[in-house]
Amino acid sequence: MSDVKKFLYLNRRAPYGTIYALESLEVVLIGAAFEQDVALAFVDDGVFQLTKGQNTDGIGVKNFSPTFRALGDYDVQKLYVERESLEERGLSEDDLMEVVYEDEDDDWEEKPAIRVISRAEMADVMADADVVLSF
Amino acid sequence: MSTLHTVNKSPFTTQALVSCLNHAKPGDAILMIEDGVYGGLGGTGLTEIIAEFGKNVSLYVLSPDLAARGFDAGRLIGEVEGVDYDGFVDLVTKHDRTQAWL
Amino acid sequence: MAYEVNGTTVEHDEEGYITNLSEWTPELAEVIAKAEDIEMDDERWEVVNFLREYYDEYQIAPAVRVLIKAVKKTMGPEKGNNKYMYELFPYGPAKQACKIAGLPKPTGCV
Repeated sequence: MSDVKKFLYLNRRAPYGTIYALESLEVVLIGAAFEQDVALAFVDDGVFQLTKGQNTDGIGVKNFSPTFRALGDYDVQKLYVERESLEERGLSEDDLMEVVYEDEDDDWEEKPAIRVISRAEMADVMADADVVLSF
Repeated sequence: MSTLHTVNKSPFTTQALVSCLNHAKPGDAILMIEDGVYGGLGGTGLTEIIAEFGKNVSLYVLSPDLAARGFDAGRLIGEVEGVDYDGFVDLVTKHDRTQAWL
Repeated sequence: MAYEVNGTTVEHDEEGYITNLSEWTPELAEVIAKAEDIEMDDERWEVVNFLREYYDEYQIAPAVRVLIKAVKKTMGPEKGNNKYMYELFPYGPAKQACKIAGLPKPTGCV
């Protein structure tokens, strides 16, 4: 039996109204040191975490959205975004920032980390995880 | 392989229960705790929808949380069963993973 | 707790990381380095500047293995390796270099 477990971080909150989103990202970055199979899921208001063009200059809190683009350096390569959650909020994939990772097995080619999937596929992703950490 | 989902927010305040129902798979269980127990009450605007999901997933509320809020099992939707803390533990051990909907 | 630079004081926490990131200057970096028993030279400045650029782009101070990987990517394997980086910053390339660069403690370092 392999020691590597599948960790799924489930994000269901918008970024700045509460501390959940930032806390989740920090746990992901710290947890990445343990070399597990890590994926992030963005469901409900969680999809708002990935909108492009965030600018927090006027509200005096740190804009942590650029940090999602560093996840590839931490070997986090799967950011699942639920299509229905986007659509319910009037968003499409075009509203999301670009996040890429470099595929070690494919000559370090840059590949998109964000994968927009259906609600049914999201349920499969959840059911496939060994551990689900909710934020 | 099945999942125990826990929901701890009122369905009249947040999307947590509805979202949970939309992602649960047949054979999964949903345990409503804390303010989540309001989702188990009969005669609400959500009763019909929740009862419908109850055909495929097992629905529970944590009885002490329900009692604390002034309700007994008689007020629950027919598909929803009350469990005590031991029952909570049994549910955790019976399923492969626990997933929280906050 | 504070560093003294040219007559001004810059607050830092109990581990020596400055409290207000916008107060960083190259002169302050020299002062912090001295407190860490490190003599700044071109090689060390290269790493410190790299970290500041990384923070500017990603808003994060990278963990040590991430730093070394990123250095390897941009500066090549002769610099992006443990030996080289620990020779420059013996008490941890990420921790010490971040401190000198005026960044927070690296995320993922315990």
